[in-house]
Amino acid sequence: MNLTLKVWRQKNSKEKGQFESYPAKDISPDMSFLEMLDVVNEQIIENGKEPIAFDHDCREGICGMCSLHINGRAHGPLHGVTTCQLHMRSFSDGEEVTIEPWRANAFPVVKDLAVDRSAFDRIQHAGGYVSVNTGAARDANEILVPKQDADEAFSAATCIGCGACVAACKNSSAMLFVGAKVSQYALLPQGQPERERRVVAMVNQMDAEGFGACTNTGACAAECPKEIPLSVIARLNREFLRASLIGK
Amino acid sequence: MTLNSKIPAGPLATKWTDYKDHVRLVNPANKRNIDVIIVGTGLAGASAAATLAELGYNVKAFCFQDSPRRAHSIAAQGGINAAKNYKNDGDSVFRLFYDTIKGGDYRAREANVHRLAEVSASIIDQCVAQGVPFAREYGGLLDNRSFGGVQVQRTFYAAGQTGQQLLLGAYSALNRQISLGKVKMYNRHEMMDVVQVNGKARGIIARNLITGEIERHSGHAVLLASGGYGNVFFLSTNAMGSNVTAAWKAHKKGAYFGNPCFTQIHPTCIPVSGDHQSKLTLMSESLRNDGRIWVPAKMEDAEAIRQGQKRGNDIPEADRDYYLERRYPSFGNLVPRDVASRAAKERCDAGFGVNNTGQAVFLDYASAIMRYGKIEANRLNMSDATDAKIREMGKAVVKEKYGNLFDMYMQITGDNPYETPMKIYPAVHYTMGGLWVDYNLMTTIEGCYALGEANFSDHGANRLGASALMQGLADGYFVIPYTIGEYLADDIRTGAISTDSAEFAEAENAVRERLNFFISNNGSKSVDHFHRRLGKIMWDKCGMARNAEGLAQAITEIQALRKEFWKDVKVPGDQNEFNPELEKAGRVADFLELGELMCRDALNRNESCGGHFREEYQTEEGEALRDDANFAYVAAWEFKGEDAEPTLHKEELVFENVKLTQRSYK
Ligand code: SF4
Ligand code: FES
Repeated sequence: MNLTLKVWRQKNSKEKGQFESYPAKDISPDMSFLEMLDVVNEQIIENGKEPIAFDHDCREGICGMCSLHINGRAHGPLHGVTTCQLHMRSFSDGEEVTIEPWRANAFPVVKDLAVDRSAFDRIQHAGGYVSVNTGAARDANEILVPKQDADEAFSAATCIGCGACVAACKNSSAMLFVGAKVSQYALLPQGQPERERRVVAMVNQMDAEGFGACTNTGACAAECPKEIPLSVIARLNREFLRASLIGK
Repeated sequence: MTLNSKIPAGPLATKWTDYKDHVRLVNPANKRNIDVIIVGTGLAGASAAATLAELGYNVKAFCFQDSPRRAHSIAAQGGINAAKNYKNDGDSVFRLFYDTIKGGDYRAREANVHRLAEVSASIIDQCVAQGVPFAREYGGLLDNRSFGGVQVQRTFYAAGQTGQQLLLGAYSALNRQISLGKVKMYNRHEMMDVVQVNGKARGIIARNLITGEIERHSGHAVLLASGGYGNVFFLSTNAMGSNVTAAWKAHKKGAYFGNPCFTQIHPTCIPVSGDHQSKLTLMSESLRNDGRIWVPAKMEDAEAIRQGQKRGNDIPEADRDYYLERRYPSFGNLVPRDVASRAAKERCDAGFGVNNTGQAVFLDYASAIMRYGKIEANRLNMSDATDAKIREMGKAVVKEKYGNLFDMYMQITGDNPYETPMKIYPAVHYTMGGLWVDYNLMTTIEGCYALGEANFSDHGANRLGASALMQGLADGYFVIPYTIGEYLADDIRTGAISTDSAEFAEAENAVRERLNFFISNNGSKSVDHFHRRLGKIMWDKCGMARNAEGLAQAITEIQALRKEFWKDVKVPGDQNEFNPELEKAGRVADFLELGELMCRDALNRNESCGGHFREEYQTEEGEALRDDANFAYVAAWEFKGEDAEPTLHKEELVFENVKLTQRSYK
């Protein structure tokens, strides 16, 4: 099939960007979306121009490195699927496809479609851990965790840190991402000693990075490729309130 | 230089304990004056960085991704082994050691593997303490499963995302040290070379991938935890950015490369669908527990399927060849990875492959669905259930067990595996070879270490399932923190290493020259063009089956391709900017050298063992034929110059605690 791409091009974080059009010819429906971009890029290189820069690595939906706003939706049209797992059979011949980077103040554009998500790392530095040095652990089975709690903590922990939640939110809020990490630890006995300190530190850092407030529109959970549920935001709010009440 | 593996004396079971009792220590005040550079932040790198920082060393860590959390360890699905014996099924350190040595087809070092088995239990303790959400039983205890042809249940797991959860655990420990200022993290940086001063590794040259700046970083030791080199085949299950560059640069500066030809081909991957293919996706090995693997028994059926005139479901039971069950009645579909992969290739080469490329076999769940459905019907006392009802209930059970994987398959291929058999084919997955290291994990460059998949040490010629995660974390959490003291104890008075020396300047210049060459070379073909061609040579001639003639041809072809690459490669854009094509060019240039070495190693090893199958060396039934009298050694290759032949050094493997036997899965 043949498509037309409308792609955001931007030389670096300082310069202004604009859309440019590229034909995507002879695209097989079995190609992944990123393989389609590979084909277009080879063409661009052959024509002596600079290829479209985009982030990606594992191409199997787990590393969280790929991004892309496709036709106005984070990670494209399908639910629960990262851009790298999206295939061209989800598009039709002759379609125009608009491709943009994540748009959020806290995620400045690095080049074209690649953005800087280091704000997410800094939120984790603030408290996304249990303070335990290597070698200081007791026998693993001395810590009992009810299966239901373990399963729920695991689901929260499957967040891949891609940032789609922020990109999908009209306020660019990072509550789903932060809620996922806070929930994982709040549900586990290992997370208890630092429970209050952690949530306060992570929320403060989130605010300092310039992410917006949450107004409960739910776009984040709807676009999250790992289907992290809105309930992690409810838990984050409760944890934060609880920590404020206890005064830690 | 003669190889000294520095294996401690004494009985196997107490070597590591004795070693720890006597290894030199660096006191806390002195650790503060010592800098350690770590390249790579996967399981091995992140765990080493966090632990060394906790001990008090100043750590600088580097990764090429935009965050350390993205390292490819994250993609590991199945699990992590540990000799905990929580199941009371007779597991022990010795059994884990023995299974690993045997699984590696007797080409790994006893002392290292035993140490690995010894520390395995502590890894689980550490990860649980960090809050890694492993799967649990209703009583709140950790759950285990069995994996890959082992007779005990020793694998800990977190659904199909064990690697992700372990990596995020190590990442969290790393984050804590970053926040404490003990680790300085350099994201989106690529190591371009190691710098040696007076023969010792004292730093690296790195490129900031966003600005293109070339930076000098010094340290008292350099740890390479940069992963494996499966992408030399172009198509593999590795992430797109996985590369050999860090290890290869060290190799060219004097680090020997161990057993480069030992690569693992995983049997259950989604087949190539066309020329556009950029990478391959693994389907967890656990699918072989219930799925049956087959191809048509009649050539005309296979042809009809390839031409789209028939589908798998159209072939009657009597005309199917369940070749694994036929050849290996006792292990059936559960034979080890190398055996299953070769058997699929054998059928496809004989003309029985089932997709348009002819390179695929069926993995069929139809009988598992009926079997589970009948169990359900029994459980619910539905003695009059129709076949359709049984099938429906069976599908629900299969969905519960394998739903994620089936969804992934559907997503990629567009086929529904509940209704029609899946198509699978082997793909490159892991590399057992890597930088040669001694017992301390030090390479043949003083002060330069290799950890995790980047070294050669623990898996011999074939890695068992759920052992890669174990080894990465063992090296980082529990081995290097001890062994590095032995070396750094001499450095407490050295003081900070200056980056103003001639050695740094020289290394930096060489890096700049090479980058400038790429940018200004007026070639006509993209980097991927060359990478694809290299991959094809490697896959055809140094892949699942190898022979002397093919390998010799491959060496000549790669040499020619390398020449062509340097003449005709085209890299757009500039050096001083974010330029993914330029990154790829450097990596592919290194793969073009590594590929030749792999073929030389495969050609030298006149035997079949583990993942290395030389067609000339097989039994009458087509099984691998080892030659312990002549090849029970580690091949450690010394670089002699870009167009010179490398020198082979041999580390004889001494087996005092296991008896070498032929692996049999009949
Ligand atoms: S919560 Fe979902 S969308 Fe947000 S970073 Fe995590 S995986 Fe991505
Ligand atoms: S590239 Fe890793 S999740 Fe998409």
